[in-house]
Amino acid sequence: MTISSKVAAAAPAPASTPDSARQGTQIRLSGVTKDYGLASPAVDAVSLTIQPGEFMTLLGPSGSGKTTTLNLIAGFETLSSGTIALDGADVGTLPPHKRNLGMLFQNYALFPHMTVAQNVAYPLRERKVPKDEIARRVAEVLELVQLPGRDQNYPSQLSGGQQQRVALARAIVFDPAALLLDEPLGALDRNLRGALQMEIRRIHREVGSTFVFVTHDQEEAMNLSDRIALFNTGRIEQVGTPEELYRRPDTLFTARFLGDSNVFDLGEAAVGTQATWEDHIWSVDPATVAEHPGVKAHGAVVVRPEDVRISHDPQAVAPGANAVRATVRDLEYMGSYRTVMLDVGHSRQLGRARIDALDAAFAVGDEVTAWWKPERQRIVAA
Amino acid sequence: MTTTPRPRRAPRPSWLLLVPALALLAGILLVPLGQSLLRSIGAPEFTLEHYASLFTDGVTLTVLGRTAMTAVIVTAVAFLLGYPYAYLMTRVGPRLRGVLLVIVLIPFWTSVMARNYAWIVLLQRGGPVQSVFEFFGAGDIVFQGSVVGVTIAMSQVLLPFMVLPLFSSLGGIDRKLLLAARGLGSSPLMAFWKIYWPLSRGGVVSGLILVFTLSLGFYVTPALLGSPQQSLIAQLLAQRTTQLLDFAGAGALGILVLVITLVLVAWANRFGGTISAIGVASTSRTKETR
Repeated sequence: MTISSKVAAAAPAPASTPDSARQGTQIRLSGVTKDYGLASPAVDAVSLTIQPGEFMTLLGPSGSGKTTTLNLIAGFETLSSGTIALDGADVGTLPPHKRNLGMLFQNYALFPHMTVAQNVAYPLRERKVPKDEIARRVAEVLELVQLPGRDQNYPSQLSGGQQQRVALARAIVFDPAALLLDEPLGALDRNLRGALQMEIRRIHREVGSTFVFVTHDQEEAMNLSDRIALFNTGRIEQVGTPEELYRRPDTLFTARFLGDSNVFDLGEAAVGTQATWEDHIWSVDPATVAEHPGVKAHGAVVVRPEDVRISHDPQAVAPGANAVRATVRDLEYMGSYRTVMLDVGHSRQLGRARIDALDAAFAVGDEVTAWWKPERQRIVAA
Repeated sequence: MTTTPRPRRAPRPSWLLLVPALALLAGILLVPLGQSLLRSIGAPEFTLEHYASLFTDGVTLTVLGRTAMTAVIVTAVAFLLGYPYAYLMTRVGPRLRGVLLVIVLIPFWTSVMARNYAWIVLLQRGGPVQSVFEFFGAGDIVFQGSVVGVTIAMSQVLLPFMVLPLFSSLGGIDRKLLLAARGLGSSPLMAFWKIYWPLSRGGVVSGLILVFTLSLGFYVTPALLGSPQQSLIAQLLAQRTTQLLDFAGAGALGILVLVITLVLVAWANRFGGTISAIGVASTSRTKETR
């Protein structure tokens, strides 16, 4: 089924039903390694299965191996070891032009000497699609990315957002097995980025093919993805839905990379039904302990700022809650909420609590008790 | 690709700045050129006989043809050597690129006379080059005093004029475009042919024009390495002015060569002009009104 026929089918009744949209190619990476001969491999034995039709984001700081992994899938880099299979067929040694994958680059990579129509027609021409069908499909895909009427313009006559729409049209017009997106919104300003995120989500829904998206922006990853694979120093730290990664991180790296968190390092102290931090003894819900071998060796308690309550009166702490003494260091007004910066415990480490924007009960220097329910904390490997 | 903001034009450009250059040009180029033109049409009385004789004297057309053929071959050789070389320069690290650039420029900085005499030594009868050919049983090829030798030496002398514009043009091509083409289904060869080559055409046209026009009027190398029997147009011009004192005929010949060159440049510029306009547009992120 071609993109154009999908669009045609989607036009009368929007294809929001999962069974009609969920198709696409499964991408399976096993033991994928890329070694440039440096101190450590750029990508180190990464195994990951991306389900057909899934929106998978490879997230991580720069140099974590996420872009190299994408380039390995695309075929722009050669594997040092491991295999890459599309729907079970090994493509690890195929050159990029035989993998049939769409690719979106950060700088758009539109051909400057070709018009919009010629750019979008390029992959179809390479596939020797008949002329009248090319014209039809180009028109339809430009409709899909909401860029009709600009087909005779050159890329330099378009804005950045429009250029990325053309690049998107070009990357999906030939019905690729999957679409690979390499930080495609990185060069755009904040408002435009938000608008294009919605566009990409909509097109993913309508086209229904597998999307692999690389970004270092955790907010973007949370907004877009079905699942996120978080990369750290060439390895996958954790894979899961955005909510799983945010609410149930396995490691300190994951907890810190996604959102703000309060971290209480437990050192090598054993974590049982209780955890000890400085002179505080906290109760532990077994369901909140990460299933990660590192937890036993070196654990840490992670609490999100929105789960922390603060009060002047120690008696106001809810029964059964874990509490810690703190001093208000600073207050940040964020518009819809207020962040209270805290000096926590004897070590006066930085803590954060999120309170209502209208709550003006706290001032810098106040002695407070910060507390949270045990089921809202997470014990991770440090 | 980086966005370089165009320097904003000063509100009132001071044309006075052009006066020295214009005065110099007028004195040493326009006035003599005008004199040549006037002499060639037989001032004080108008005549086209000098031009007519160019086509009828049986020598000029032959020499013109030989010159054009030499220029075509030299340009082709320079292009075939220069394009891969310039491409390599864009693909290596900054240090090796510096070395490659110096290798191109050293002959450029060396005196033309020194280089031509070096070629005489290399190409002369019994010299190293001919000895090699003799070894392979082709000893009857004559290099010195023939168009062959002139072509070889001119290709080397003019190579920088091909490599430098090509390097500047190829260096500006975004290599991500090639990756994009590969991802969209092009083999490496097709990606080169459909993307890289069209984007490099601006530099190619510049290099071809430079080398071709320079070899049309090249004097030193043909004079030293060539022979009067196989002379090129510049030698013919020199002969008419310094030996025959036929200023009118020389003027007509000079004007003819000038017109041929200008027509070629104008034609190539039209072709190269559109290309370089796209080249500029491709490096600019901003909307442009054309």
